Amino acid sequence: MKKQKPKLAVWKFASCDGCQLSLLDCEDHLLAVADRVDIAYFPEATRAVVKGPYDLSLVEGSVTTPHDEERIHQVRRASRLLVTIGACATAGGIQGLRNFKDVKEFTTIVYASPQYIETLKKSTPISDHVRVDFELWGCPINKSQLLEVISAFLYRRKPNIPAHSVCIECKLRETVCVMVAHGTPCLGPVTHAGCGAICPSYHRGCYGCFGPKETPNTASLSSWLVRLGMKNDAILRVFRTFNANAEAFRKESQAHED
Amino acid sequence: MKPFFIIHRNSLDSLFGALVGRNFTLVGPTLRDRAVAYSEIATVNDLPFGWTDEQDGGTYRLKKSDRQTLFDYAAGPHSWKKFLFPPALQLWEAERQIGPHEASPEYPPSHEGRGEQPRYAMIGVRSCDLHAIAVQDKVFAEGSHRDPTYEARRKNLFIVAVNCSHGGGTCFCRSMNTGPRATSGFDLALTEILEADRHVFLAESGSDRGAQVLREVTQEEAQESDIRAAERITADASVPMGRLMDTTDIRGLLYNNYDHPRWDHAAARCLACGNCTIVCPTCFCNTVEDFTDLAGTRAERRRRWDVCFAVDFSYIHGGSVRSTIRSRYRQWLTHKVATWIDQFGTSGCVGCGRCITWCPVGIDITEEVREIRANRPDDRKTLSEVGHAHT
Repeated sequence: MKKQKPKLAVWKFASCDGCQLSLLDCEDHLLAVADRVDIAYFPEATRAVVKGPYDLSLVEGSVTTPHDEERIHQVRRASRLLVTIGACATAGGIQGLRNFKDVKEFTTIVYASPQYIETLKKSTPISDHVRVDFELWGCPINKSQLLEVISAFLYRRKPNIPAHSVCIECKLRETVCVMVAHGTPCLGPVTHAGCGAICPSYHRGCYGCFGPKETPNTASLSSWLVRLGMKNDAILRVFRTFNANAEAFRKESQAHED
Repeated sequence: MKPFFIIHRNSLDSLFGALVGRNFTLVGPTLRDRAVAYSEIATVNDLPFGWTDEQDGGTYRLKKSDRQTLFDYAAGPHSWKKFLFPPALQLWEAERQIGPHEASPEYPPSHEGRGEQPRYAMIGVRSCDLHAIAVQDKVFAEGSHRDPTYEARRKNLFIVAVNCSHGGGTCFCRSMNTGPRATSGFDLALTEILEADRHVFLAESGSDRGAQVLREVTQEEAQESDIRAAERITADASVPMGRLMDTTDIRGLLYNNYDHPRWDHAAARCLACGNCTIVCPTCFCNTVEDFTDLAGTRAERRRRWDVCFAVDFSYIHGGSVRSTIRSRYRQWLTHKVATWIDQFGTSGCVGCGRCITWCPVGIDITEEVREIRANRPDDRKTLSEVGHAHT
C-alpha cells in the first residue's frame, strides 16, 4: 500500500512574500519537495487547496491586524508542526519599526481614509501568539536552510541550523574579518548564522538580517562600534532594521535613544 | 654542525620549482582582502613583497613596508591548520540502493580520510606556528585516537620555515618559548637578509629531504658573516614583541582562581562569537552533522570546525553545561594555557597573538592572565606557593 505523503501548508501573514518565494526559488529541489510532500495549501503557488489538518505548516509574516491575531490560532490548530520562516514571522519584521512609534499617527499621514484601517499597535512574531516548533531566521530565509528543515522534518532528525555567530561562517569560508582588518562596522559577532556570511565576502559589514545569535552581547559590540567612530544614532539604526523587534536588538537600539 | 647555504632572492623560484617537481602543492602568504592570507602560490611573485602589518587588540592593518622584503609581517588572519585539519570535511556518504526498507549503504572512496590527500609544501611558516603544528600532532596523530585525514596530510607535508625578523604587535612567542627563531619541526628554515647590495636567504635543513632539496637548489655555502647577520636579525633584541605573558605556575594560578572577578570583566566584553578559537592554530574542536537529502536516498556525515563558545558545544541531555559567556570564556582560556598541559603535556598557546588581533573587541589573553595574577585575593595563591595542595 502506498504511504500517504505528509501534507505541507504555507501561510502568509504581514510580509513581503520573499520567504515564500525562496521556496518557489528552489527550482529542481522544489520538485523533490513536491515528490515527498503533498503541497496542500500554498496560495502563492497554487489555487488548489487540500483540507487540513497539515503535518507541516510554514508560516511567513508577522501579526499586525486583529483578524490575523485570530487566524494564527486557526493555523496552529490545523498544524501538527508549525515552523516560522523569516524575520517577520520570527521577530516581527521590518514592520516592527512601528513598535517604537505611534501607528495611528502613521495611518493618518499615509491613508486618505484612515478610518478603514484596522491595525494593531505592534507587529509581533508568531511565537507571541501560539506555540512554535521551530524558527527559521533571515530576511529573507536561506533556501538551503529551508530545504534542510523540510528534509529534517521528513526524516525525523534534528535540523542542522546552528545558532552561532556569522563570524563562524566568515571564518569557515576564509573571509578576512572586515571589522578587524578594515575597520568596517559589522553586526556579525551578534548575528545568527545562516546566510553564509555574504556581505563580509563583499567587504561589507553584516546587516544582521538573520537576527540575534544565541547569547548575543550587543552592548559590548556597541562599545566597539563607538571606537570605530559610530555615533549613538547610527548604532540605534543598525540594530533597528529587519529584526528591530527581536529582543536583543530591540533593547540595544533602545539603549541608544537620546 | 649543519652547514648553512645561501639562496639568492632571484633563485627562490628554483626552490619552489624543486618542490613542485616533487609533486607538492605550494601554499604560502599572499595578499588578499587587505591582509596576508595563506593560499596556494606558484611563484615568488605571489608573495607579499614590500608589505608589512600593524596589529593590536581587535585591529589589523596591512601597510607598505619601508623594506623591500618578502617576509616582513607577523601571523596572518588564518592559521596553517586549515591545510591539515580542513574547516569542513565529508566523513562518509551512503546511497540507498534498493527499496526504502532494504537499505544497502555503500561507502564510496570519496571518504576523505581514506582517499588521496593533498601534498602541501608550506612556505613561510613561523616558529610559533611550527610549535602549533607540533601541538596538533599530539591531538590528531598521536595516542589511540588518530585522525586519518590529518595523519595522511601531515605525513605528506613539507615545511619551509621563515625566521621572524618582525615582532608583531600582539606576538608573545618569547613568553611561550616558541620563537622567534625556528629550532625544529621544519624541512628547511630560511632567514631573509636584505643588505644594501644583495637580497639573500640563509638556508638550513632540518630533515634529510630538506637537505636533498637544498643541495638541488644551491651550492653556495654561507659565509661566517652571513650566519652572524642572520643571528642578529632573529636575536631577541631585534624582534620586539607586542605582548608578554608570565606563565609561572599558570595551572595553579587558574585552577585556584575559578571565581576571580576578572572572569566577569571578560564576560562583559566577550561576544562569544568564536573568532579566537577559529584563528587559534592549536584549537582542534570539531563537530559532526548528519544530513539527508529530500528524496531520502542519500545520507552523509560532515565534520566542521566547532567552537567552545557555541551553546550547542556543551549541550548534553537537558541543556548546555556552559550557559553563560563567563563560563565559556573561562573554559577556553583555562583549557588553552592550563588544562591543556594536563591533557597533552604542553601548553595549547604558542604566543602567535591571533586571538588578540582577531577578537572583534580586542580581548587580550595576556592581559586577562596578568590581571588574574596581579589582583588575586590573598587566599588564592598558586599551587607552588601553597606547596601543591592538589593531590
